[in-house]
Amino acid sequence: MTTLFGLCDCNNFYASCERVFDPTLHGEPVVVLSNNDGCVIARSNEAKSLGIQMGDPFFKIRNFVEHKQLYAFSSNYVLYGDMSDRVMQTLSLFTPNIEVYSIDECFLDLGDFYDVDLFKYAWEIKRTVAQWTGIPVSLGVAPTKALAKVANKLAKKSAKANGVLVLTEPYHIEKALQATKIEDVWGIGRQYAKFLKNHHINTALDFTNASESWIRKHMTVVGVRLHKELRGQSCLELDEVAPPKKGICTSRSFGKKLTSFNDVQEATASYAARCAKKLRVQKSCARLVTVFVQTNPFSEHDKQYYNSKTICLPVATNSDMELIHYASLALKEIYRPSYYYKKSGVIVTDIVPERQIQYDLLDTVDRDKHTKLMKVMDGLTDRFGRSKVQVAAQGLSKSWILKSDYMSPCYTTRINELPVAYNLK
Amino acid sequence: MCNAKVIPISSYTLEVFSFDILDQINIPLYASYVSAGFPSPADDYLEDRIDLSKYLVQNPTSTFMMRVKGSSMQNANIHDGDILVIDRSLKATDGLPVVCFLDGEFTVKTFRKTNGKTYLYPANPAYKPIEVTEEMDIRVWGVVVWVLHKPVKL
Repeated sequence: MTTLFGLCDCNNFYASCERVFDPTLHGEPVVVLSNNDGCVIARSNEAKSLGIQMGDPFFKIRNFVEHKQLYAFSSNYVLYGDMSDRVMQTLSLFTPNIEVYSIDECFLDLGDFYDVDLFKYAWEIKRTVAQWTGIPVSLGVAPTKALAKVANKLAKKSAKANGVLVLTEPYHIEKALQATKIEDVWGIGRQYAKFLKNHHINTALDFTNASESWIRKHMTVVGVRLHKELRGQSCLELDEVAPPKKGICTSRSFGKKLTSFNDVQEATASYAARCAKKLRVQKSCARLVTVFVQTNPFSEHDKQYYNSKTICLPVATNSDMELIHYASLALKEIYRPSYYYKKSGVIVTDIVPERQIQYDLLDTVDRDKHTKLMKVMDGLTDRFGRSKVQVAAQGLSKSWILKSDYMSPCYTTRINELPVAYNLK
Repeated sequence: MCNAKVIPISSYTLEVFSFDILDQINIPLYASYVSAGFPSPADDYLEDRIDLSKYLVQNPTSTFMMRVKGSSMQNANIHDGDILVIDRSLKATDGLPVVCFLDGEFTVKTFRKTNGKTYLYPANPAYKPIEVTEEMDIRVWGVVVWVLHKPVKL
């Protein structure tokens, strides 16, 4: 059976989401900042042309922003998450099998579409996503996933392709491999790229011309798989369902430095509650809870401190109350007064499916009651928004909350933040 | 050959089947218990209660909402404070209310096509229609499919 994959990638996804609801940003340089408005994590093409790099700290570009030469946004993951869902659901109408690879990338199984005019079909996909969601996408189509990645990259780069590239003819595939630098190949890290260049392998084409045994010797079975994929032999299938996560971590930098136990405890309790919620969404429970705290390693004047503590629970749980309780116990052991804390986090591991919990003979917790309560709480959260009902330990002051001074409204998920149509003309 | 599996899709004619509805399907609870007395004569006739969001939103992935500010569409029954349900997958055709992006703002107008010319009409005699020319940077953002108006207490 012949295989055929499409890789659909949203162009400058975060910036594009902002542009859908503020079209004045079209053609303007836009950047999106990391949590806490720390540094640049996404750039529009115009921002790239301004010379702004990924990871540039915000203070370095503040001048541009203040002079309106650059538009900066705090990351609005509520908005980006919803827009991503919309793009993926639109894509799923074009083929029954898709693999959501990341928030802005999706593989499409086009194996049954060889008889279709692929170029036309790919354009139809691109056009439909743009019309329905407002998000511009690029599409690469090829016989394997690795080649689809190559096609996608070229589709984005080449003005002639204009966002769509179909690689099915051997001659076209060869040309594309030749135009792809080895360091741009999917799965080739910096170290391997350096190693391969030392052996005069500079392009993806050079890589496919190397012998399989040589690759196996130097790059293990992963390299061999990539080698086969680039030669048009499909080894990587579509992963349609993401496996449940083995560990969940919720950790953030605080909006400002915290020193009192109560403040750090409120933040930590909220992170524990986030972990519990994530566990409930994937219908599993965790047995190990790790809490860590950390001062700001970049602040030279402050005394430095880092510590973590893991607690093993008697029975695996996904209840807010239990996780918060144990996270607080762990925090009590590692908290030291008179430090300026910058970050804390909760990690839950030893995760088991909800239905496979090993109960404890001497367990005193009424688990049915917890389950019911959490169900009601999740229902209320869905209906009225986050943090309307919560465990009291999470606190109300929220002095630790993230800095996000440049956040756009959650246009698509909150009724009081809808975009406005001005009927004044 | 696997022609049978290929469905030519055009987004305009495509009838959307939304998968996310599946997990919302409520299985009706039978109104009576098996053992207690005579079964309710309505058991065989149970239907799902009307779900407004399903009714208002034909295509969830392309449907957005906006809030109205101003009165330039009041004669088309679009009032200040109303919520608009907008479907981006629909094509603007003559006579439909559309959200467009005009002079740096979203606004609602009636889309008009006459003699090869395109106009955006307000629905209030105090405002003038706008002729859309090639040079103008006017984009239709989506077609208004519902106007949600909360009645005021008189």
